[in-house]
Amino acid sequence: MIEIFLDPTLFTDFLRTSLRLSVPLVFAAVGGVLSERSGVYNIGLEGMILAGAFGAAVGAFFLDSAVAGLVVGASFGMLAALILAVLGVSLGVNQIVTGIAINLLALGLTAFLSRVVFGAQANTLNLPGFKPIAVPGLVAIPVLGPVLFGQDALVYLMYATVPLLYFMMFATPWGLNIRAVGENPRAADTAGIPVNAVRYACVLASGILAGLGGSFLVLSQVFLFSENMSAGKGFIALAAVILGRWNPVGALLACLLFGLFDALQLRLQFLNPDVPYEIFVALPYMASILALVGLVGRPSPPAAAGIVYRRETK
Amino acid sequence: MLAAIQLVYLLKSVWAILAALLVGSILIVLAGSDPIAAYAALFEGAFAEYFGFGNTLVKMSPQVLAGLAVTLPLRAGQFNIGAEGQIYIGALFATLAALYLPPLPGWLHVLVSSLAGMAGGGLWALIPAVLKAYHRINEIIITLLMNYVAINIVSYAVSGPMMAADAPFPYSDQIPDSLFLPHVLPRTDAHLGAVIGIVIAVVLFFLFRHSTVGFSLSTVGRNVDAARYAGISVARHIIVGFVIAGAMAGLAGTYEVLGLKYRLFHMFSPGYGYDGIVVTFLAAGNPLFVVVAAAFLGGLRSGAGIMQRAVGIDTTLVEALQGLVVIFVATGLAFRFERTYWARVLRVRREFDAGQGTGPKSEMPP
Repeated sequence: MIEIFLDPTLFTDFLRTSLRLSVPLVFAAVGGVLSERSGVYNIGLEGMILAGAFGAAVGAFFLDSAVAGLVVGASFGMLAALILAVLGVSLGVNQIVTGIAINLLALGLTAFLSRVVFGAQANTLNLPGFKPIAVPGLVAIPVLGPVLFGQDALVYLMYATVPLLYFMMFATPWGLNIRAVGENPRAADTAGIPVNAVRYACVLASGILAGLGGSFLVLSQVFLFSENMSAGKGFIALAAVILGRWNPVGALLACLLFGLFDALQLRLQFLNPDVPYEIFVALPYMASILALVGLVGRPSPPAAAGIVYRRETK
Repeated sequence: MLAAIQLVYLLKSVWAILAALLVGSILIVLAGSDPIAAYAALFEGAFAEYFGFGNTLVKMSPQVLAGLAVTLPLRAGQFNIGAEGQIYIGALFATLAALYLPPLPGWLHVLVSSLAGMAGGGLWALIPAVLKAYHRINEIIITLLMNYVAINIVSYAVSGPMMAADAPFPYSDQIPDSLFLPHVLPRTDAHLGAVIGIVIAVVLFFLFRHSTVGFSLSTVGRNVDAARYAGISVARHIIVGFVIAGAMAGLAGTYEVLGLKYRLFHMFSPGYGYDGIVVTFLAAGNPLFVVVAAAFLGGLRSGAGIMQRAVGIDTTLVEALQGLVVIFVATGLAFRFERTYWARVLRVRREFDAGQGTGPKSEMPP
C-alpha cells in the first residue's frame, strides 16, 4: 500500500491513472458549471455522458476514425442537452424532472440501440481511439512529466477547456451575461440580454462537454461501448459542481480528488485480492457523499437556477 | 365539450404511452422486425396468458412499492431517486433477519423479516432526509450516489461474510422455507408481494385524501412558506416522508427475497428503484394510478422475454420504451388544462357560428 507513494514509478503510474479517471468527470462537471451558472439545473449530465459515449462508439465504428467518433459523441451529447433546453427552458417543464427523464431515456435507448448497431460483437469491439502523444521536453520532468504530458489528445483538450471556460466566465462580457442570467434573469432581460438564448447556448455547450467526457470513456479508455458505462459519473460530476462552488477551476479540483479516490480503489483491489473488491468500488461514491456533507457548508447555487424565466409573469 | 377537453388533458399519461409505443415501433423497424407482431407478442405474453400474467405480477410487486417510495416524498416536494439503494439495504436487513434470528413461528418470522427490511430501507433513506431537512444538501445527488454504495454493500456481503458455501457466484444461503411467501396464482411465481403493494397503495390513497398528515405533506410540497406559517414542521415532514418511502422500498427488496429468490443475490434488482420513478411519472402522484402504472411497466418487463423469443427483438427494447414514456410524460407537463382559456375558445366559436363571424376580434385567444 505505502509503496505506491514511495516508489517513483508506481507513484507516477498512480497519478497517471488518477488523472485519466478524472477526465470524463472534469468535462461533465465544467459543463454542469456552465449550465447551472446560466440558471438551468443539469441533472441530466449522466445521460449526456452516456449519449456521448454511445455516439463516440457509433462514429468510430462506422467512420473508422477517433476524430469522427469524437465529433459524433459530442453531437449526441448535445442532442441529449437539446431535450433539456427545449423542455426545461422553452416549455417550462421542471428542470429536475427533465434531467431525470434524460438519464432514463439515454440509458434505455443506448442499451437497445447498441444491441441493434453492434449486435453480438459489442463486447469484442476494438474501436479506433486516441493514443498517447508525449510533449517533447516537458515529458522528461520527473514524476509529473509523464503524468501531465504523456497523455492523449483528449486530455490536452481538457487542459485547454478549463482555463478557457474560467476566462470566458469571469473575464468576458459573455461570462458576465451568463452569470447575470443565472442570478437575476429579469434584470438581465431589462439590460437587453436574451435570457433564453443564453440559456440554450449554455445547456447545449454543457451537453457537448458531457459528450466529450463520454467520448473519452470509449475513445481513450476501453475502445468499446457497454450498457450503462457512465456508471454514475454524471452524478459524481454534479457533486463536483457543488463542491467546486459553480466555478470551473473548483470543479476541476474536485474531479481530480474524485479521480484520485477512483485510482486508489483500483490499486487497493489489485493489492488486496483476498478482500472483496466491492468495498473499494464504493469508495469514489462515498468520497463524493462525504465531500458534499463535510466540506461544503451551505452551498449557494446561482439564485435563479431551476427557475423558468417568463417575461410576462412576475 | 369543456369536460371532453379536460379529459384529453387528464389522459396525458395514456398519450405519452402511445407516443412512446409509436417511436418504439420505429426502433423495432430499425432492428428489422414487424412492430405489430412484436407488440402483440409483448402484450399478449404479459397480460393474456396465465403464466405470463403471473410473471407480470412478479415484476409488478417491487414496482408498486418502489413507485410509492418515489411518490410519497414527491408529495412533500422531495425527489427520492434512491429507491434502488433502499431496495438493496431492505433486502439485506430482511435476509439477515431471516437467516440469523433464532427459530420463530413462520408467520412471526415473516413479519419480523419484513419489519427488518422496512427498517433497513427507512434508515438508508433517513440519511439523505436529515441532510436535506437540516443542512439543505441536495437530496437528489445524495440518494443517487448512495444507490451505488448500497449495491456494493450487498455485493460485498454476499461475496464475503454471507456467501453460501460452494456458491459459484455471490449469493447467500437459502432462507428457511417456513418464510417463503404464499403464492397468489397456483403454479406461477406470483407471490403475495404484489397484493400487499396494492393494499398499501390503497391505504396511502385514503391517507393522502382524508388525513391531516397527507394534507400537511402536500402543503409542504406546494408551498414551504405557507406550511411554516401554518405551523407545520417542514423538516419533520420531509424526514417522515422519506423514511416511510424508504420503508416501502425496503419492503420491495424484502419480498424479492422472501417471495421470489429465497436468497440474497448480488445485483438482484434490474433497476426496480428507477422503475419507481417511471411509475411515479405515469401515475402523476396518485397512489391508485401507481398500481395501474406498475402493472403496465411490470407487463413490459414480463412480456419482453416472450417478445424476444417470438420476433427476435432484444429485451432492452422495453428499457428504451420506458425512457421514451418518461420523456413524453415530462413533455406533457408543459401542457396544463386551463379552463378559462378553453371556455373562451368555445364561447368565441359559438358566437362565431351564431353570428357568422361578427364576434369581436379581440375575443380570440392569443
